[in-house]
Amino acid sequence: MTQPVVGSRALRKEDVRLVSGRGQYTDDIQIPGMLFAVMLRSPHAHARIVHVDTSDALRMPGVVKIYTGQDLKAVLPPVPTAWIPPDSDLKMVEHPVLAYERVRYVGDGVAMVVADSREAAEDALEAIRVEYEPLPAVYDQRQAIGEDAPQLHEDAPNNVALHWTVGTETEDTFRTAEVVVRQSFRQQRLIPNPMEPRSAAAHYNPATGEMTVWVTSQNPHIHRVLMSGLLGIPEHKLRIVSTDVGGGFGSKIACYPDEVLVAVAARDLDRPVKWTESRSEHFLATTHGRDHVDEVELAGTKDGRVLAVRVKAYANMGAYLSTAGPGVPTILFGLIVNGAYDIPQASSDVYGIFTNTTPVDAYRGAGRPEATYLIERIMDSYAAAIGMDPVELRRKNLIRKDQFPYTNPFGLSYDSGDYHAALDRGLAMLDYEGIRREQAALRSQGKYIGVGFSTYVEMCGLGPSQVAGAVGFQGGLWESAMVRVHPGGKVTVFTGASPHGQGEETTFAQIVSGRLGIPLEDIEVVHGDTHRIAMGWGTYGSRTTAVGGGALALAAERVIAKAKAIAAHMLEIPDEAVQFDDGRFHPEGRDDRTVTFAEVALQAYLAWNLPSGVEPGLEASAFYDPTNFTYPFGTHIAVVSVDTETGEVRLLRYIAVDDCGPAINPMIVEGQIHGGIVQGVGQALYEGALYDEDAQLVTGSFLDYTMPKARFFPEIELDHTVTPSPHNPLGVKGVGETGTIASTPAVVNAVMDALAPLGIGDLSMPLTPPKVWAAIQAAKNLKGGQAS
Amino acid sequence: MEARLSIQITVNGKTVSDHVEPRTLLAHYLRDGLGLTGTHIGCDTSQCGACTVLLDGEPVKSCTVLAVQADGTQVMTVEGLAAPGTAHPVQQAFQEMHGLQCGFCTPGVLMLSTWLVQQHQTSDLRHIRESLDGIICRCTGYENIVKAIARAGELAVDEPAAPAASQREGVPS
Repeated sequence: MTQPVVGSRALRKEDVRLVSGRGQYTDDIQIPGMLFAVMLRSPHAHARIVHVDTSDALRMPGVVKIYTGQDLKAVLPPVPTAWIPPDSDLKMVEHPVLAYERVRYVGDGVAMVVADSREAAEDALEAIRVEYEPLPAVYDQRQAIGEDAPQLHEDAPNNVALHWTVGTETEDTFRTAEVVVRQSFRQQRLIPNPMEPRSAAAHYNPATGEMTVWVTSQNPHIHRVLMSGLLGIPEHKLRIVSTDVGGGFGSKIACYPDEVLVAVAARDLDRPVKWTESRSEHFLATTHGRDHVDEVELAGTKDGRVLAVRVKAYANMGAYLSTAGPGVPTILFGLIVNGAYDIPQASSDVYGIFTNTTPVDAYRGAGRPEATYLIERIMDSYAAAIGMDPVELRRKNLIRKDQFPYTNPFGLSYDSGDYHAALDRGLAMLDYEGIRREQAALRSQGKYIGVGFSTYVEMCGLGPSQVAGAVGFQGGLWESAMVRVHPGGKVTVFTGASPHGQGEETTFAQIVSGRLGIPLEDIEVVHGDTHRIAMGWGTYGSRTTAVGGGALALAAERVIAKAKAIAAHMLEIPDEAVQFDDGRFHPEGRDDRTVTFAEVALQAYLAWNLPSGVEPGLEASAFYDPTNFTYPFGTHIAVVSVDTETGEVRLLRYIAVDDCGPAINPMIVEGQIHGGIVQGVGQALYEGALYDEDAQLVTGSFLDYTMPKARFFPEIELDHTVTPSPHNPLGVKGVGETGTIASTPAVVNAVMDALAPLGIGDLSMPLTPPKVWAAIQAAKNLKGGQAS
Repeated sequence: MEARLSIQITVNGKTVSDHVEPRTLLAHYLRDGLGLTGTHIGCDTSQCGACTVLLDGEPVKSCTVLAVQADGTQVMTVEGLAAPGTAHPVQQAFQEMHGLQCGFCTPGVLMLSTWLVQQHQTSDLRHIRESLDGIICRCTGYENIVKAIARAGELAVDEPAAPAASQREGVPS
C-alpha cells in the first residue's frame, strides 16, 4: 500500500447510502399490517389524575386499542434508572410507563392510542377526556428544595433526589488565602434536538416468542437489558435494532416508556406497531440537558497561583430519574471541576433535585461542560481580580507536561498531554498581541471586541468497568468487537459500539484495513443489532474509538496471529519466521515466496491442511476493558464583537487546537470538532429552555428555541497537537464531545472581555441581544448616575 | 374521515395517480404513500428543512405542502438525484467534503444545495451560509456543508450533471 490507511482522510462508507436516501432510520420501517401509536401527554406540570375516559375515542374509526396507566400499572414494572452513584442517598422514585395517579411534568405520558393510521390515532387522542386536579408545580431547583415547595414524590422529602460530596479538605485554605473569588453560574437547561426525532417500531412473533424492536438508541444492548426486565422477554428472544440513527447527543441513551409501550402493544395485539415523536413532543418528552446552578469559590495567591476550588451544585433532575441522569451531575461533573489546572485542593457538593420538568439526562459532554464552564469562567474572574492576563494565569496553573500521569484532587489520573503546547499553538494562530492592540484601538472608538480562552481537559473514553462499578453505573464499560474473515478474504466487523453519525463504519474499517492490509471496500462494519452483535455498551462519553476501537485492534491482532500460524504451515517455515505486511505473509526478510491474506482465509475454511492444533475458520472476538479514562485537551479561543446599540454578539473568529491523540481519520475528527463547537456556542449565545410559573415549557418548538444556524458562524480554524493516550491500544483520546465542552466558556469569556470596560462582570447564558443590551444600558446608567 | 381526492404527481420522473386525504402532507405522502423514505421529517413547524424537495424545480418544505397541492407538479426527492451506482455532483461533493454526519437532515440539504448549484449561487461562502437559513443541522456545525456546496458548484461546472431522474425506477404507481 502506498499510503497508510490509518490517519488518512478516507471518505465515509456510510455516506453512499445516506446521500442517496437509502439509509434506514427507525421511522422508515414499514411492515404490512403495521399499526401506529401516539401518546397522550399531560398538559399539566403537576396534577392528580381523577378520571380517564376513553369511551368516545375508542369508537373513532381505525382505533384498535387505548392503553392507560391504570391498565398497565399491574403488568409493567416502573422504568428503572441505571446509574446509582454511591453514597448519594439516591431516591429511586417510581417512574411508571404511563402515569396512573399523578402527572409530574408537562409531557408525562397518560395514555397510548393504537390505530391503523397515524392520523386516526391522532384524531382519537383528541377524544380522550382526562379529568385532572391541578396541583402546585415547581420548575426551579432552588425553589423546589425544601418542605414548603410542592412535593413530587413521597419517597423524596424536600424533593432531594440525591446529595453527594467528594474531594479534599479546603476550609483552611479558604480561610487563609490572599484572594478568594466567589461566583454563581447558571447552566441553563438545553434541549438536545438531534434532527431525527425518537421513534420505535415493534414486531412480535407469538410462535417463536421473539420480539424485535427497532429503536432510536445510542446503546441497543443497554436497551435490551432494560427492556428485557420490563417486558419479561429473555435477552435471547429480544432483538433491538438501531442501525441508522439520526444523531443522539445523549438524548438517545435513555430507555423511555415509549419504546416499552410500543412493544407491549405489538405483543398484546399481535400486530407490528410504530410510534414516532413529533418535534413538539421531543421538546417535552425527550430528556433535557444541563440545568445547574453552581456556586463556585476559588482560593489563590495574589500572584496567580490557584490553591483550591470548591463548588456547590444544584442540579435539576426533572420529574423522574432518567436512565443515566443521576451520574451526570455527580461522577461526570464533580470529579473534574479543577479542569486542566494543577490545583492542590478541590471539592464538590452536589444536590440533585426533583422538579415538575422533563427528566434531565446526558447531553453532549454531560457534566464535563458544566465543570469546564465554571472553572474556565472563574479563572477569568480570578485573573481580573488580581490584574493578571488570563493567558498568563492559565500558563501558570496548567498541569505541566512533566507532571503526567497527573492525579487530580479527586483521584482521577490524567493520562498524558502537553497543555502548554496547545495553548501556544492557539496563541500563534490568533496573534494575541495583535488582537489586544486592535481591541484597544477599537475601544477608543467606542467599539467593543473581546477574546476568550478555554484551556480545557475532559475525561472520556468511558470505561473501565471496575470504575463503572465503583461509581455506581449499573453495567460494564468495556466494549466488544468481532472480526470475521470470510472464505474469500473479505471481512465483516461486528462492534458493540453504536455509532449514530460519528462515522465508525469508516474509521473502524480503517483500523482493520491498516492491520490486515486489505482494502477498505473489502470490510463491512456492522453495528446496532443485538442479534448480530453479542454484547456491547454503545456510543456515548466519547468512548467508541477509544474502547470499541481498542477491542477491534485486539480482535484484528488475534486474527493475524491465527492467520500467521496457517501461513507458516503453507510456507513450510516456523511460525516465528513469518512476516506479515501489506496483506501478505512471507518468510522474514524474503518476499520471493508469499501467500496472501485471502489465500490464508480460504485455507482456514477449506481446512484441508491446517497445522496441528489449529481449528478451522478465521475469526476472532475481543472484549476490551480499558485501563482508565482518556483525557483529551486543548485550547479554544473565541473572538467576538458586541454591538452596544443592539446587544448583538457576533463571533468574529473561532480557533480550536485539540489533542485527541492520533486521528484515525482527520476528516471525521474535524467534523466532530466543528459540530461540537457550534453546539457549545449554541449554549453560550442562543439556546435555552424556559418554563413559565406554571412549569409550562415556553420554548416548545424551533420557533421559540433558537438553534444555531449556518449564518451565525465564521469559518472555524482548527489545528491539533498529538499526544497518544497510554490507556488504550490505539492511543486515541476521544473527540465527540470536546468541541461542546470547550467552546461555551471560550465564547462567554470573550463576551465578558469585550464588556469589561463597562464594568459588566457576568451574565447568564444564553447571551441574547436583549440580555446583553439590558446589561449595557444598566452599566451605562450606573456610570452616568455615579458621574452626576 | 374526509373523502379522498385524486392526484397525479410526477415523482422523480415517474407519474403516479393516487387518492389521498385532503389533509395528507406531501412529506407523508412521499414517505408512507410512495415508500420514498429518503425524505425525512425533522420538525412540525417548517423550521428544519429535512423534508425539502424540489417542486417544479423550486425547493419547498414538503411538510408545508399538501399532497393535493402537488397535483400536476414535478417533484424531485433525494432518491431522484442520480441513478443507482452514480452520484450527482452535489452527492459527490457532500461525500468529499464530509458534509454529513448522521445523515438525517442530509436529503433536505442536498435538495436545497441542488437548487443553489442550478442557480449558480455557490461561489460566495457567506452567501451559502445565508442561503442555509431554512436548514437545521445538529451534527456538522454547517462548516463542511458550506464547503460541500461550494465544491458542488465547482464539480457541476467541471462535469455535466449526472443522468436525470427520469430514468429512475422504484416508484410504485
